[in-house]
Amino acid sequence: MKRAFVALAALAVLLFEAAPPASAGNKPSGEITVFAAASLTESFDTIAKQFEKKYPDVDVKFDYDASSNLATQINQGAPADVFASADVDNLKKTTDAGTVAPPPQDFATNRLEIAVEKGNPEKIEGLADLEKSGLVVVLCADQVPCGKYAAESLAKAGVNITPASKEENAKATLSKVSIGEADASIVYVTDVKAAKGTTSGVRIPDKVNVVATYPMGVVKASRNATAAKAWVQFVMSKDGQKTLRKFGFLPP
Amino acid sequence: MRRRRRRPSVVVAVLAAVAVAFFVVPLIGLLQRAPWSELTDDLTDPVVRDALRLSLVCSVSATALAFAFGLPLAWVLARTDLPGRRLVRALVLLPMVLPPVVGGMALLLAFGRRGLLGQYLDDWFGITLPFTTWGAILAEAFVAMPFFVIVVEAGLRSLDTRYEEAAATLGARRFTTFRRVVLPLIAPSVIAGAALTWARALGEFGATILFAGNLRGETQTMPLAIFVELQTNLGGAIALSLVLLAVSIVVLVSLRDRWFPA
Repeated sequence: MKRAFVALAALAVLLFEAAPPASAGNKPSGEITVFAAASLTESFDTIAKQFEKKYPDVDVKFDYDASSNLATQINQGAPADVFASADVDNLKKTTDAGTVAPPPQDFATNRLEIAVEKGNPEKIEGLADLEKSGLVVVLCADQVPCGKYAAESLAKAGVNITPASKEENAKATLSKVSIGEADASIVYVTDVKAAKGTTSGVRIPDKVNVVATYPMGVVKASRNATAAKAWVQFVMSKDGQKTLRKFGFLPP
Repeated sequence: MRRRRRRPSVVVAVLAAVAVAFFVVPLIGLLQRAPWSELTDDLTDPVVRDALRLSLVCSVSATALAFAFGLPLAWVLARTDLPGRRLVRALVLLPMVLPPVVGGMALLLAFGRRGLLGQYLDDWFGITLPFTTWGAILAEAFVAMPFFVIVVEAGLRSLDTRYEEAAATLGARRFTTFRRVVLPLIAPSVIAGAALTWARALGEFGATILFAGNLRGETQTMPLAIFVELQTNLGGAIALSLVLLAVSIVVLVSLRDRWFPA
């Protein structure tokens, strides 16, 4: 009995071990984890290199996934410092839940494009061609921003398609085309640009396209708010914005 | 021989308690967030219902495939002196330790539209497996069948071959011997193997989402639905998780004497 008590007491100590205090220095240092929409993979990786050059004491880590998935994880207490979403709704989910500090900062916009196999063997010229029977089209899941945007765009164009699959994020959707399993998918302009070697893009006219706004915010529970804020500032800076343009993002 | 029961030292007790807590706390986390009052609503949600139905179809089909092909394979491994038998066994059991995502990738590169065999399936027969329910079934069978093979093979090995010899001397043909003598004797192994296979197939996620994709009613099985629903519908995701938890407990309890003697 006594031993069991000791065991429980030790367990309690383990469970309630005090958290280390947050660093309060002015100069950014330490580590931050940025939860970012999958479509930001290439651009944020590049920006991180520039950021770490400017702030050598900071180490930036990323968790790229569907914004909807990241929002859920942050609301369940995932240890993120910054959340960069591919849509306004999912960032709002976190500010509404009080996990990300308002107001969010819009840092880029993006457009949709049709991704097809390299050289466009199916000769797809626009959204209407996706209705062709026998064509394997994959989209992002409805819950994921790129899926929601694709549905909007298809509705605007009056096109009705039955996708073969609804993938978990923009990158997974694109990979089904680059691996040759699907003939076409609707993803972001930036995704197609990043996968130039394996896929080709087919423009979607502005009239039936959507403007995807990317907002970003610092997570309230961040243990390294100084570096997190520095990251947001850097993405908004001339250098950060220049890199985003390079990868095909448009100004906010 | 009676083993002496000993009291653990404090350190051992604490470490063991941490291990138990590690397993139990997540379950409590799931249960305490369960929307018990809305559970019936959540379970009759069309997305959830489709996932339940599809999971049932796919897992039962995968188990049937495991029975149809795994039983002969288990027999070959247990009863013949085929050269390379050990290598075959190792290859067959590989999916048990292989990360399912790797399995899905490999399936795609073999049976996908541009895959090793898949391109011929497509060209010659017009069959494409990815993005179809058959794809989901194959993904589940790939990951789960080894459980059937290993359990049934063990059952066959522990069976005295004299039963078969006796039947043969009485003039029974090999298939008759197998059906009337061997199969009834190894029935407990077959049932246990099928139950494990079914449970594993039911939980399959990585290989399925990679190889078969994710489409409601076609390839979106329960684990996939949990993954996607979690992003917008926590209640539905928890409801589905509870179903899978309940199934796991039932399988565990029904196999306890066989696998986990106290």
